[in-house]
Order: sequence, then structure tokens, then C-alpha cells
Amino acid sequence: MSETKFEGLLQLPNLILEQDGDNLVWLRFDQQDSSTNVLSKAMFSDLNAALDKLEEIKPAGLVITSNKKSGFIAGANIEEFTQVENSEQIIALIERGQSTFNRIESLPFPSIALIHGFCLGGGYELALACDYRLVNADEGARLGLPEVLLGIHPGFGGSARLIRLLGVLQAMPLMLAGRTLDAYSAKRIGMIDELLPARNLTQAIATYLKKKKAKRSKKLLFSFLELPFMRSLIAKRICKETAKKIRKEHYPAPYALIDLWQKNGGSFTDMMVGEGPSIAALFEHPTAQNLVKVFFMQQQLKKLGTNKKELGKKELRPTHVHVIGAGVMGGDIAAWCALRGMTVTLQDREAKFIEPALKRAAALFEKRVKDKVKRQAILDHLIPDIQGSGVERADVVIEAIVENLEAKVALFKALEPRLKPGAILASNTSSIPLESMASMLREPGRLLGIHFFNPVAKMQLVEVITCEQTEPQWFDKGLEFVTSINRLPLPVKSSPGFLVNRVLLPYLIEAVELLDEGVAAERIDAAMLEFGMPMGPVTLADTVGLDICFSVANILSASFELSVPELLRKKVEQGDLGLKTGKGFYVYKKGKAVKSKNISSFGPGKDEITERLLLRLLNECVACLREGIVENAEQLNAGMIFGTGFAPFRAGPMSYIQDQGVAEILNKFTRYQEEVGDRFIPDAGWQALLEAQKSEKNRS
Amino acid sequence: MSREVYIIDGARTPFLKARGVPGKFSAAELAIKAAQPLLLRQPFSATQFDEVILGCVMPAANEANIARVVSLRLDCGDAVPAWTVQRNCGSGMQALDTAAQRIASGASDLILAGGVEAMSRAPLLFSDPMVHWFSRLNLAKTPMQKIAVLSKFRPAFFKPVISLLVGLTDPVVGLSMGKTAEILAQRFNISRESMDEFAVRSHLRLAQAQQSNSLSEVEVIYDQNGRAYEHDDGVRPDSSVAALSKLNAVFDRPHGKVTAGNSAQVSDGAACLILASAEACEKYKLHPQGKIVDCCWQGLSPSQMGLGPAYAIAELLKRQALNLKDIDQWEINEAFAAQVQACLAALQDEEFCQQELAWSSSVGVIDEARLNVDGGGVSLGHPVGASGARIVLHLLKTLQANKRKTGIASLCIGGGQGGAMLVENCDV
Repeated sequence: MSETKFEGLLQLPNLILEQDGDNLVWLRFDQQDSSTNVLSKAMFSDLNAALDKLEEIKPAGLVITSNKKSGFIAGANIEEFTQVENSEQIIALIERGQSTFNRIESLPFPSIALIHGFCLGGGYELALACDYRLVNADEGARLGLPEVLLGIHPGFGGSARLIRLLGVLQAMPLMLAGRTLDAYSAKRIGMIDELLPARNLTQAIATYLKKKKAKRSKKLLFSFLELPFMRSLIAKRICKETAKKIRKEHYPAPYALIDLWQKNGGSFTDMMVGEGPSIAALFEHPTAQNLVKVFFMQQQLKKLGTNKKELGKKELRPTHVHVIGAGVMGGDIAAWCALRGMTVTLQDREAKFIEPALKRAAALFEKRVKDKVKRQAILDHLIPDIQGSGVERADVVIEAIVENLEAKVALFKALEPRLKPGAILASNTSSIPLESMASMLREPGRLLGIHFFNPVAKMQLVEVITCEQTEPQWFDKGLEFVTSINRLPLPVKSSPGFLVNRVLLPYLIEAVELLDEGVAAERIDAAMLEFGMPMGPVTLADTVGLDICFSVANILSASFELSVPELLRKKVEQGDLGLKTGKGFYVYKKGKAVKSKNISSFGPGKDEITERLLLRLLNECVACLREGIVENAEQLNAGMIFGTGFAPFRAGPMSYIQDQGVAEILNKFTRYQEEVGDRFIPDAGWQALLEAQKSEKNRS
Repeated sequence: MSREVYIIDGARTPFLKARGVPGKFSAAELAIKAAQPLLLRQPFSATQFDEVILGCVMPAANEANIARVVSLRLDCGDAVPAWTVQRNCGSGMQALDTAAQRIASGASDLILAGGVEAMSRAPLLFSDPMVHWFSRLNLAKTPMQKIAVLSKFRPAFFKPVISLLVGLTDPVVGLSMGKTAEILAQRFNISRESMDEFAVRSHLRLAQAQQSNSLSEVEVIYDQNGRAYEHDDGVRPDSSVAALSKLNAVFDRPHGKVTAGNSAQVSDGAACLILASAEACEKYKLHPQGKIVDCCWQGLSPSQMGLGPAYAIAELLKRQALNLKDIDQWEINEAFAAQVQACLAALQDEEFCQQELAWSSSVGVIDEARLNVDGGGVSLGHPVGASGARIVLHLLKTLQANKRKTGIASLCIGGGQGGAMLVENCDV
């Protein structure tokens, strides 16, 4: 086998520059002390040093690639952005990025970005500055400009370059939604030039470098779309589409990006220059700060399941999951695990209980996996298993049967002796205390709660529940498993309702109380949508199912002071269970709520509705924190954001409390306690928060 | 070296009747779905097979060496070799015989073997004139040449060739399988009424077996929309001689006797078995359910192919020094009612046995109460590559159910052959 000989040109802390026999220079990113490359200050300084050298020696061509297994470049260093003090500093950071990438673009010889794995944000912006983008198909890739998810928009020339490459109609929706694509889709729309197997790379590079610099002229159509009147027409249209999904006051970044283009889209340079001030303005908005916090929360939760080195070994990772109970939860858990590459056996008593689960799974795979061969492999590994033969083979056994203690205990007792040594045993119960099941087992320390949320494929959070008896090794394994199927594990102590359901319930009940007082469901939902919830509480209750709300309410009311509203009982007795029966608090036609046109404005005002709903939710959060259901406020915030969609731009309920002020919120409790009733008595935990906030104020 | 060959376990899909449209399952999927539940309940992993051997007559274009496709999709792993055998209708039994010989010789210890067919997916082919027209068009270089070729097109070219029908016609004697059954009916004087009676009995026996859940080897399979298929769906519990008598002859039209009602159904299905040596049984603590003792293949005139079982059974008995009465249970695949009845008649016909089988007298009478006790190809279908494996598996199940020791499974093979396998129940 012939091997290319490289001659070292530069060896910097974060990259290597070397030359091969054909006068090609290879720039390999390899950030020190890290498994991923991010564009940090140090990285930029090394990159500029490399560019100095390249401009001096003028090779025939440049290939930019990464030595990291995880991918090309995962993005800009977000921490650096959180440390800036004023907008001048932000603009300086952005200009540094832009000028570096402009240097790449104007190199007098062709450049190729040779991409694998993550190529996101600043990483893809760098690739855009190269003449050609090739992706190694053997490793696959994830590409895109997801800056919007952090409350900003592309800033290293990415918005200008992507629009130049794809045209505004293709590029804008990608950036506005922060969508990232797999290599296959990226190739289809032209984000990359070629997707090719590793064995063809050398030849492909030679071919592309012969082509010289890429022509960067725009398609005629694209230029037409950038005429001033077209810009204002298109911008208006895109704004309208965006407004259907998100509100400007909550998420200003997409609107800023549209605005940036409307003003400067006619000129590549203006667009580039405009990025800086636009981002600086966005950083002053709390949304960007909060979304960055949310990003770090997500990283923290991921870390929980990956920092156990010895468990991280590939051979010890679970590969076979056995799910018992093919209902909505069990079936969807099984499908998700299969989608994540596990072999899954799905058990239920009869074929007819498994049928709907397989149907939903097939639809999920169809949507998520475009490659037919891969989809076939996933389908092959979701195996219906009425006899339950999968138990002995499984690395993880998850129970998702009916919420009945006796039934679950009987099942676990039968399962326990059949388990493989080392296999995780878990319940997806949402309401039965873990200890009441664990204590009946021969090895009580083994049982975990692994609680998924509906819909499983959308909700990133999974509560990993432990009780007194739980052995730490099983807990660690549980976290590891949840991370391995690409979900965020949240450690939660066993207590009725765990975290998410317990916090949601008083909020839903307050919505029912408001309905009972005669407030229109549409007004209640509108108030919370305006606050930033992804779904109004009345719609949420109908979607979850009023029978389920009712049963959880009964379970919780046994342990906490919580009265279950009569209206909810009545609805359940009448069989109006929500979306699934076509009627709940709304009437549904073809799965959509029929909302009345003339909504009664009876009852309290919008602010009061919002406050009442929110106070009930916040009060329960504070109680959970006081009881140590979760370890700290950050985890509580993460739980509510990833488990319920609690307004991410507010960085979670505890952040909201801090922003609003503890004392101010307590005043509201006093008011509603007098006006509405004792369910607005603040939890004992507020006192501690009040003192903490006071002492913090004194310090500063 | 000759070692014992054990049947460890087996499973099959329901046999699904072809209903004029391509079935929901490809042949590979059928085999996978038969094998998955079977493998799940074993104490060893799929990678521990020494090889995978499947019989299949008409795999789809993307299923070349279908055994390898199935083996890989079952996660047997890259290192387990897999190969496909083909002896027309005997393919499933051939796979078992080959696997048994590989184990007996010491070449392998643990084999996944079986048969599969998705007859409903047999392709429609372009006619010869169409294919030639295409090639000429392809070769035409100038626009004028192209126009000349285009002008030669005739609508009749569109008439497709139904590969299933071609496959069921003997290319040497030019007879369809149905016509060979008509020949046997004539030779052994089998009336239309007795064929129909035989067919009705097949349906009633299958219906009874389904009701009493005695087809324990059948696994539920699910299509890509999640729909479950739990039973052989060709069964007609309300079948009657009166109803069958109304059907027209389909092969010797209009005067023949063989109808769609007294012939095997065209179906999709798969059956898989695990065969092992004594060493493998010990290594993985496997409990052998049965034993493959011997297998015999015989040839005869293609125009009489339905008599194949008579030849193979006689040879098997001779070789094993057994008499008919030593055999407790029988499975003779029902390609046609007339064909099974002809075999029974031939085996008790002294002249036939002396002249054709070189026996000194007649071989004897097979007790029909012990033959195809839970129905057969007429009621549950005959996916050609799968049937041979199905009858061996079900024979073992009936031996177990009746606590009997010895059984023979046999079938006729298009092209003029017969196969017969001697099986023993290990639990008696």
C-alpha cells in the first residue's frame, strides 16, 4: 500500500500544517485537551498563524480537515461569548472570525473543507469560506447553522455565504429554524459539493484542486430575489411564516436575521458587516443569555451519563432492550430505542396490542431515516415478542404495563430471576413509588425508574428515578443507558409524581379551576402561549388525556395538599377524555381542536390568568427543590425545559423566579391567597430563596 | 464419520395465500420473521451457528443467495457462511438434508436450516419480442435508426410473461404440474368426487387444528404497517364437496378433474429449524426434540412427478429395513389431492410395487387417519421452497402430540423427483 508522505510545516497547539508530495497543504484541526474542535480565541490565533504561512509559501492547494473522531468543528466557543462585557467586545469577536474566514476565501489557491461528523455553526461557516466542501461518507456528518437556537444568528459571514450559495429561499428557512442536516440531505440541497467514500477522497481532492478557485458568482435567480422590492416582499412573507411558530418578543434572533437581510441583502459585504451589530444587539436581549444557559444545562445532563469511564467502554454498552407493554409509552420507547440502533424486543399479551405500536414505529422510521437500507435494518431489529423470550438476552428491561402496583410487582418478581447479570431493570411508571416495587425484589437496589415523556421521539428528557434502596452502580448504568439513546437523563428521587408530573399537575388543575369559574379555554391557553409555553394547559390536559390527569391527580392528592376539581371528575365520568375520545375541554375534529370564534371575555384578566397558573407551577417547583426531589435549581430548570417545554427563553422556572424577584412573587401569593384561596399559600421553601436572594443583593 | 443429527427447535410463519397482488412480505422477510422468535428463545446467539442453509426456488432479484441475506439480517454476523439450495418443490427438505449431512459428517455442529418462498411476488417478465425490441432500440445510434426501431413496436409486446406459470410448467415434457396430476388421476382411476372429498378433509383438519391451537410452530408475523398475521389464511372451515364440485377444471379444460379447489394453494411462507450435533447440544445445553434419521431422493418421469413420494418412501423403508406399520405418523405434501391419493394407491398396488419399485409385493396401506392430520398444501398452501421444511417440522410436532416415535415426511418435486425424510421423536 502506498502511503502519502507528509512534511511538517507548522505544529501549533490546536492544529497541524503539513505538506504532501503534490505541493498540497493539509491543515488539520486538533484542539488540545479536548475531544472536539471549537473555534476559540486560541484556535483563531493558530489558524491565523497557519494562514500567514500559507500566504507565504503559496502551495497548489489547501485541504482543511480535523483529526478528531467527533467531527470537523462543532461551532464557536460559546463560553467566550458569555464572558464579554459590552457590545464592542462582541463585535470584535465577530470581526476576528469574519476577517480570518475572509483570508481563507481570498487565498490565491483553491481550498477544500474535508468534513466528517459535526460541522456546525462557526465550523460550517469556515467550510463555507473554502472553495469546496467534501464529506467523507464512511463517517457521515451533521451540518448547519443552528445559531438561532442560542438566540443569535450566524456571525462569521455565514448568513451572507449561505444565502450566496443556496439562495435566500433555501438558506433562510434553514437558518431561521436552526436546522442541521445529515450529509445526504446537505448534498441534495447543495450545502456540500460531494458526499463520497473515503477510498475516493484522494482522487476527488486532486480533481477539485485542478478546478482552481470556485466561482462565487450568484445564480441569476438569486440576484433577482435580492432586488430591493423582492427583498421586502420575501422578508414580509418569511416574517409571516416565522410568526406562526415563534413570537418576536420571545425569540428576536430570527426576526433580526430577516431584518438584516432585508436591509443589506443586496450586497454581500453589507450583509457581512451587518452581522456584527445585529448579534451584539441580540446579546443584550435576555433570550440569548437564557438560551446559552439552556445549552449548558443540556451539556450538563449529557455529561451525567458519560463521565463514568469504565461504563463508557463500548463492549459494556447496552445493545438489547426488552420493553414489556406495547401501549403508547412502551411502544414508543421501543421504537425510539430501535431508531437509536438497539435490538429491541417488544412484549405484550397479544398481537393486537403490538400492532398499533409497530405502525407508529414504521411511521417514525419513515420520517427519520431516509436511507432504505438503514431503515430496513432498524425495522429488522424491532422484534415483536409475545412469548417474552427477549428477557434473558436483554441488557435493559423496561416495564411499561398498566399503572397497577400488584401487576407490576408480580411482573418484576417473575422477571428478576431471568435477567442477565448486569442487566438494568427499570419501570416507566409515572405514579407508583419506586420503593414500593423495589422492596418486593430479591435485589431491591437494582430497580430503577426510567420515566419517558410523551411523545417519546420529541421529549428529550427522561427522569431516572432512584429511591433509598437503589444501588449507585445501577443508577450510573441507568444514566449511561439514557444518554446512549440520545436522551437527557435527569436524576430524580422517588416521590409521588416525581418531578415533571408533580409540577405540571397543580398548573393543570388551576386551569381546570379557571374553566370551572367560566373562563374560556381559549383565553387560558392564549395566556400561557403568550408566556412562552409550547402548548396551553387546557390543550395539554386534553392531549395527555383527562383520565390520566385525573388518576395522577388522585395519586398526588393522597400525598400533597391538592384538591381534585369536580369538573375533572365529571368529564372523566362522562367519558370525555380529551383528544383520544374526540371530546375533552375542547371538541376535536380530525385531531384538531375546534376553537370558537367569539370567545367570551368573562372572568379575570389575562395577567391574572397567567399569574394564577404560573404561581401554582412555581410553588410546586420550590417544594420539589426544598424536598430534594432534584439536586439543584439548574437540574430543575433543565427538567422543566426538556420535559415540558417550559419557555426555554426564560431559562426555566427557577431562573424566572430569580428574574422576577422572590419578594415580588411572594406578594402575589399573598394577594391570590386572599382573593382565590388557600391553594396559594407559598411553600416553606420560598423563605430560603428569599434569604438567598437578599444575601446575594447585599454582597453585590 | 457419521454422527446423530438432532432437531432442536423450529418455527414457521403463517402461510399466506397469494391474492392476485404481491404479498406484504418479501421472501427474505418471511424467513427472518420465522427465525427471529426461534433464535430469541435459544440459549446461544445467532453468531454461534456454523452455517445457514435455506431452500428457495424463486428468490427476488435482490435476494441472490437468499440464505446469506437472511443470515446477515438475523445478525448471524459476517463470519457465518450461508448458502441457498434448490431442488424445486423439495428445496426446504433439501436444506434440512444438506444440513443433516454436514452435521453427520462432522463439518458443522449447529445449523439454521429451512425453506422459504414468496410466490405472490413472482415477477412479471417482458416477453421475448419486447426484450429484443428494447435491445435494438438501445443499439440504434442515429435518430433515423431509432425511429425505424420505434416504428416496429407492436402493442402485443406488452403482454407479460407470468414467471410463476412458467415455473410451474415442466420444460422437458411441456406439461403444467396440474396436467401431471390429471395423468395420475387417470392412471389410478381417482374420481373428481374423491379428490374433492380429500380437499374438504384437508380444510376441516386444518380448521380443527387452528381451533385447538395445535399448530404451535406458527409464529405471528407483522407487516410494515404493523398488521399481524396469526394463522394460515387459506383455510376454509366451511368447505364442502358440494361447493367444490361447482369449480371448473383449470388444467385440462374443460373436461379434466383437477380444480383450484383440490390443488395446493399458491402461498407465501417460511419455515426454519435448528439442527445440531450431540456436541453442540452438550455445549449449549440444548434439549433435542427430534432426530433426522435418513433422507432419500428418487427420480421418475417428469410427466408422473406426483408419484415421487411413492418412490422415495419405498426406497427409504427398504434402506432402513422398516415396514409401513413401523411408521406412526405421515406427512405427504399435498401438491394436488389426486397426486397424494395416487401415491397411496400406488403403494398398495402389487403390480406397481413389483414393476416400478422392485418390491416383492405391495408396500402396503398408509392409514389416512395418521396422514396429514392437521391439513396440508390444499388447505394451508404450498410455498414451494418452504413446504419441505414445514412438513418435517410439523411431523415432529404431531409425533410429540401423539407421543409416537417414528414418522416420515415426503413430497413430490416438479421435474419428476420424490423426497422422503425419516424423523424420530426424542421424547419417547
